[in-house]
Amino acid sequence: MKKSRRNFLKAAGVTALSIGAAPAIKAVSAAESHTAPHAVEMKRKDALKAKRWGMVIDARKLNDEIADKVVKACRYAHNIPDFHHEPDKKKYPDLKPVKFNQEIKWIWEEEFEHAFPDKETDFLAEKFRGLSFLVTCNHCKHPPCVQACPTQATFKRPDGIVMMDYHRCIGCRFCMAACPFGSRSFNFRDPRPFIEKFNPDYPTRTRGVVEKCDFCAERLAKGELPACVEASEGVITVGDLENPDSEIRKLIDSNFTIKRKQELGTDPSVYYIM
Amino acid sequence: MLEIALKGSKKYWVWVIILLAAMAVGAGAYIDQFTHGLTITGMSRDVSWGFYIANFTYLVGVAAGGVMVAIPCYLHDYKKFHRITVLGEFLAIAALVMCLLFIVVDLGQPIRLFNVLLHPTPHSMLFWDMCVLNGYLFLNIIIGWNVLESERNQVPHPKWVTPLIYISIPFAIGIHTVTAYLYCGLPGREYWLSAILAPRFLASAFAAGPACLILLCYIVKKVSKFDPGWEAMQTLTKIICYALTTNVFFFLCEVFKAYYSNIPGDKSHFNYLFFGINGHNGMVPWMWTSIICMFIGIFLLIVPALRNNKTLLPFTCIIVIIGTWIDKSLGMISGGFVPSLLDHVTEYSPTGEELVVTLGVYATGLLVLTILYKLATTVKEEVRG
Amino acid sequence: MSKNAILTGLVIFILAVLLPFWVNLGGTAAAPKPEISARAKAAGRCILDKYDMRADHMQLLGKWRNSVVRHSNRLYKTADGKVFTMSLSTGKNSCLGCHEGKEKFCDKCHNYANVAPYCWECHTTPKEINQ
Repeated sequence: MKKSRRNFLKAAGVTALSIGAAPAIKAVSAAESHTAPHAVEMKRKDALKAKRWGMVIDARKLNDEIADKVVKACRYAHNIPDFHHEPDKKKYPDLKPVKFNQEIKWIWEEEFEHAFPDKETDFLAEKFRGLSFLVTCNHCKHPPCVQACPTQATFKRPDGIVMMDYHRCIGCRFCMAACPFGSRSFNFRDPRPFIEKFNPDYPTRTRGVVEKCDFCAERLAKGELPACVEASEGVITVGDLENPDSEIRKLIDSNFTIKRKQELGTDPSVYYIM
Repeated sequence: MLEIALKGSKKYWVWVIILLAAMAVGAGAYIDQFTHGLTITGMSRDVSWGFYIANFTYLVGVAAGGVMVAIPCYLHDYKKFHRITVLGEFLAIAALVMCLLFIVVDLGQPIRLFNVLLHPTPHSMLFWDMCVLNGYLFLNIIIGWNVLESERNQVPHPKWVTPLIYISIPFAIGIHTVTAYLYCGLPGREYWLSAILAPRFLASAFAAGPACLILLCYIVKKVSKFDPGWEAMQTLTKIICYALTTNVFFFLCEVFKAYYSNIPGDKSHFNYLFFGINGHNGMVPWMWTSIICMFIGIFLLIVPALRNNKTLLPFTCIIVIIGTWIDKSLGMISGGFVPSLLDHVTEYSPTGEELVVTLGVYATGLLVLTILYKLATTVKEEVRG
Repeated sequence: MSKNAILTGLVIFILAVLLPFWVNLGGTAAAPKPEISARAKAAGRCILDKYDMRADHMQLLGKWRNSVVRHSNRLYKTADGKVFTMSLSTGKNSCLGCHEGKEKFCDKCHNYANVAPYCWECHTTPKEINQ
């Protein structure tokens, strides 16, 4: 009895070994075939590049009309749902009632005292009180959302853009708790019924994942500037923060700029000219 | 040993069927959430965690609280706790099962759950929380099961279990510390950004865990022939008393810091919780109830005559549980998220469906608890009989 | 007593386990013929050979999505020098840009094989969305 059991275990062991060895052999043989021409994944030649992407928003030139245009451009470019849009009842027959506090926004208007809550005082200059600001993801140098994410679904690219991988996100919303700027939105429901006009160049999202501004990575890759920059009539400028000759560095050098919640040490890449 | 759970009185089966029914109702609500998304909850863009994570936090505390029985028993060989230690371990198992379920029902994409293992990320506290929670769960299952089985066979437990018992003690502290770190490492969330959040969590856990255990001991004594022992419970009440007092002390330290320093961001969350902001005062009655419960609890536990009153004790425990539950679940979530990072006030309250899913999770935990306690008490009856 | 109970249980178990066979007893469905669009026909070879595409397109897409999102690559140059946009649904040089009409191509086999990839929840041609 004992002997046969030992033999059985031996045989089982050998079998397990050979199963384990198969992928290793395969990998070795695959490595050999690499001398033959093989496929390559690459960037487009016209892609816009930077060492560290940054953004300057000129608050002096900003008004409600431009802000509205910017928000709409972003909404269309990224297929962001608008819950005020009346969904097609025939196509989507049993929808749950809309909750507006579950909205999704990437760049939006915020009054000065909310965009900069720490700078609110009793005698805030009249020109700032109630003034609309545009706020979005700050693409921080030290992003707390990236630190918090348990799956690296949100991560920082070498060029400073904080990206979202919707394919990997498990929807734990830890990043939303971690972001000190409230820049992240969660897809509490399927967004499609609430998209009025689809942009075929960008996917929609599925319910249950977090999303936010991606600095138009998909446009930069094609050599186009972000959608908000195009719509902003010169209010928003993007460029390379690490390049002293870039346009945005010149703007920062020659104007008084502030950043949101600098004391937290996340080091935002979005500057506001006051 | 599991076959014991299949033999029981009529009352036992009625209770099991009630729990199964509650689980089924909860599962129904969860299916609706699964198909339509978390829109069915009261959570919002500003308050992105809600009732699920709140209860998760509380139950991690209940699980960690079991260590207050394990330390005296295993480290100090405190004889009176020998009879109830396994009850503490089994309570921890049930609480951890509920914790893990609450995490799963809170996920937006539960089918991608294992991405956490596929892409392990040591800089995320959630990754470590997963490690310690599962670790503590398995430790308790192995320890509890072996200790009970040895008791049944009337032999000392196997030697290899002893190191696991010692490891489980720092693990218990670990699960609640890491759970506190989920909250207290986030810049900009003033209500959570506090070095004493982990100690405060532990203090509240060491009150809540033993309070649950005393209540369960009363029930065990009533429905079975096993008597957990009055002296053990008297020791537990003293532990609750110290822990609860410490919890309130820590809380008052936070209040002092916020109001004496007069920093607006720090004050705003306490203002919202205890006084409301611009008419948004949904949490006010809850928070005052919590404070009153905790102070009454301390009073009832400090005065020896009241503490040693056998009829009063279960009520004291219920008061303690209510007080700590509001403080650590509802208060911790709403206090952290309101007012928001951009100084807006979006209030949160759970929806009916959210409550039903929660009920389902609690029913599952109670079923696990019932089965485990059935095993424990039956074995103890056998051995004593 | 228990012998009968065990036997009944066993019979029910076997019946349940073999359910897929019972359900499909009524004959087999014919294998579908996905329609190759004019664009795809004109292009000739896809990214890989026909049979490799059939077997491995999901692995390829999985590789692409990581490459695009995580490594900011956008183009895929095959071993024989053809260049594709690494995208399921955006642009003329993407999968659906060439294989126009997913219901005539992708869905045919997916339905036959009874697989429902959730790629389509986010990636699909605008034509489908507006329908």
